[in-house]
Amino acid sequence: MSEQSAPPTAPADPPGDLSRVEALAAAAPAATGSRWQQLAGSSAVRSLGLVIALLLLCVVGTATAGERFASVDNALTVLRLAAVIGVLSIGMTFVITGGGIDLSVGSVLGLASVWATTVATQAIARDTHWIVIVTTAVGVGMVAGLVNGVLIAYGRVVAFLATLAMLVAARGLAEIISDRRNQIVSVDPFLDVFRGDLLGVPVLVWTFAAVAVAGWFLLNRTTFGRRTVAVGGNPEAARLAGIRVQRHTVLLYVLSGATAGIAAVLLLARTTSGSSTNGSLYELDAIAAVVVGGTLLAGGRGTIVGTVLGVLLFSTLTNVFIQNDVSSSVQQVAKGVIIVAAVLLQQRFARTSRRT
Amino acid sequence: MRGLVKQFPGARALDGVDLEVRRGEVHCLLGQNGAGKSTLIKVLAGVHRPDEGEVRWQGRPVVLPDPVAALRTGIATMHQELDVVAGLTVAENVFLGHELSRFGVSSRRAATRRTRELLARLGHPELSPGAEVGRLSAAGQQVVSMARALSHDAQLIVMDEPSAVLDPEEVANLFRVVEGLTAAGVAVVYISHRLEEIRRIGDRITVLKDGRTVARGLPVADTPTPDLIRLMTGRTLGQTFPPRPAVPAGAEAVLEVDDLSLAGVFEHVSMTVRAGEVVGLAGLVGAGRSEVLETVFGARRATGGTVTVAGRRLRPGSVPAAVAAGVGLAPEERKSQGLLLDEAVYRNVTLSTFARSSRLGWLDEAGEREAAREQVRALDVRPHGVERAVRTLSGGNQQKVVLARWLVHGCRVLLLDEPTRGVDVGARAEIYALVRDLSASGAAVVVVSSEIEEVLGLADRVLVLAEGRVVHTGPTADIDEHRVLDLVMTASPEGRSA
Repeated sequence: MSEQSAPPTAPADPPGDLSRVEALAAAAPAATGSRWQQLAGSSAVRSLGLVIALLLLCVVGTATAGERFASVDNALTVLRLAAVIGVLSIGMTFVITGGGIDLSVGSVLGLASVWATTVATQAIARDTHWIVIVTTAVGVGMVAGLVNGVLIAYGRVVAFLATLAMLVAARGLAEIISDRRNQIVSVDPFLDVFRGDLLGVPVLVWTFAAVAVAGWFLLNRTTFGRRTVAVGGNPEAARLAGIRVQRHTVLLYVLSGATAGIAAVLLLARTTSGSSTNGSLYELDAIAAVVVGGTLLAGGRGTIVGTVLGVLLFSTLTNVFIQNDVSSSVQQVAKGVIIVAAVLLQQRFARTSRRT
Repeated sequence: MRGLVKQFPGARALDGVDLEVRRGEVHCLLGQNGAGKSTLIKVLAGVHRPDEGEVRWQGRPVVLPDPVAALRTGIATMHQELDVVAGLTVAENVFLGHELSRFGVSSRRAATRRTRELLARLGHPELSPGAEVGRLSAAGQQVVSMARALSHDAQLIVMDEPSAVLDPEEVANLFRVVEGLTAAGVAVVYISHRLEEIRRIGDRITVLKDGRTVARGLPVADTPTPDLIRLMTGRTLGQTFPPRPAVPAGAEAVLEVDDLSLAGVFEHVSMTVRAGEVVGLAGLVGAGRSEVLETVFGARRATGGTVTVAGRRLRPGSVPAAVAAGVGLAPEERKSQGLLLDEAVYRNVTLSTFARSSRLGWLDEAGEREAAREQVRALDVRPHGVERAVRTLSGGNQQKVVLARWLVHGCRVLLLDEPTRGVDVGARAEIYALVRDLSASGAAVVVVSSEIEEVLGLADRVLVLAEGRVVHTGPTADIDEHRVLDLVMTASPEGRSA
């Protein structure tokens, strides 16, 4: 066994994730002991790497597009567009950390948006309280997640397959409900609330921020988060320690479904239309953001901060490309390169941290 | 041809293993689970490459970088886990990987014909070459696997527990085939836990333990069975066990297991463990020892019988119920069943208690660290840091982390499955002392170990299991290793029929 000869503040193995501030603080000589120790380590390096990549991207954006990129308005645009995928990615982070995968989030988002708009365009339409729309969307998402979770945990269907089936079925159901038509939301209170600003920042962005912060606390500070890491890291050990692995697995997919519902609300607010095609392929963007952020695809280690950074990285990239009139095909190639690069880097970090 | 010599010291799972197989002999490889047999075989099959050492084939060093090279050299392997493709036919499986090279265009008919010959030679002419392998019984699949090994015209065939899924008649068949092979000059490396088989068919024996060769090339005829078992299980270094204080006369029964059964694995197991008592389960691998522990713990659902802890019956098949009642299990496979290797020590220590110490779902990490630090100091887990990933600890210290988990939990019943496997001698003594401390503090402890000496040294009473049945119960003071071995051997089916 090789001991790492390191200073007292040396990186111990980081249990969770950490913010940029914490990462910097950990790098500084601190005599505060274990609190900082646990925050340092390879995932700090990873998050820091993402921050640097993001900053570089901003420099490139400013250099090439000048004011058009480097403005408050544009920053808010980037964030507003990042919100939907961002919320999905938070749920996805939990599922992946827990050792699973949820391919159905994009479809469930579509289904939730259609279901919610159907409610909003019924007879009572104009009087529909916005709460009804939100509850419907989130409720639909949670039920879909429940079905996924039960199939996976108790039916022992492989997560990939169960959620693939849900992907197809939810899309079909959305088409049946909407009759393949766009359903325009004209409920004013709903649009007023979710298209509005609060303190100069769009409500969409606030919602994303709230979900991310709640996700961070849930993953790092609660028993739910600890169980998630345990179940993803070693389900057998978790089971033999008395954790109800199956029940927890179900809850993870319900959570993912709920975030798909919230994302549906945000998308509805942004586009004002509920359509069965809403959210197509969003699951892939979400998985990409999670993995680039540093969450292990195999489970057992997850980082909300990394996920948020991953989402921001991709949406900023898109923005920079649009500002420079680069075709979306080039964007996609760039995304692909980033995903591979991030995963290769992660593997190297994983190897070095194993050796200590 | 003067015989085959292969030596591979060095790998982690193999730490200096020698094996020498001669033409036309049946060379038996013996060793407990984890002794390194499977790894050794995989080196021979070209699956793993040795880090050090060399393989010599007919006097010349050879390199086996991949399975194809091994086959080409003349070494065919029947792996323990059935290595057939369920969706293909018998003939396709037999000639998997070398279909075209030998038969050209008309491969199918020739393959069918050759397969039929091979199956007939194996005593199974009733199997159709065109049958889908997935529909065959386990024994039938084993035959297919064997036919494949034969189809390579190998000069050395490695058989990893070929008899495990066969009934006695089929085993007799297998032996005929093996005899036919050796008569034709083919060497066979034969692995089995069933010592009686080795006695019947083996020429020489090599025994592995903890990745080392402890005996090489023993002639079967001159080696008594108890000697073999001692070689497999015995310690190389004498171990002293902590003193056993007498269990107080009035000690209450903490764990009561009544008539517990798990269909097809063990039946009618009953035991009572009092506070301050250590009970050992002895028996050979496959006797059902680990399964008994796991069933008591609820990790397997009993098909009959009850488990009672401190007067309350446990819900069968529920680990959370057992944990809530104060039962803890230190599982046999520490790394895959017991630990989150990449997580910090303190999180592994509090894996069963973090929810209890939380407030409204909010973790009390400071409290967890404090509790873990306390245990780390008490158990002398080295290094002391609780933030370190468990992966970086040695086997003995990892085991202490698992024990610490149940100490934090405040267990009344502790089930220890092979508590000293992969633990070095120094740490063993510490773990023995710990087990004693635990029981002295009023816990009921059940220990399973492959090392009979360990069971007898550590426990107050012993249950001897053979073939899933309890064949003896009594104080360890009244029994010695020979007697336990006798019980185990005479209770096995071969022993009974003899």
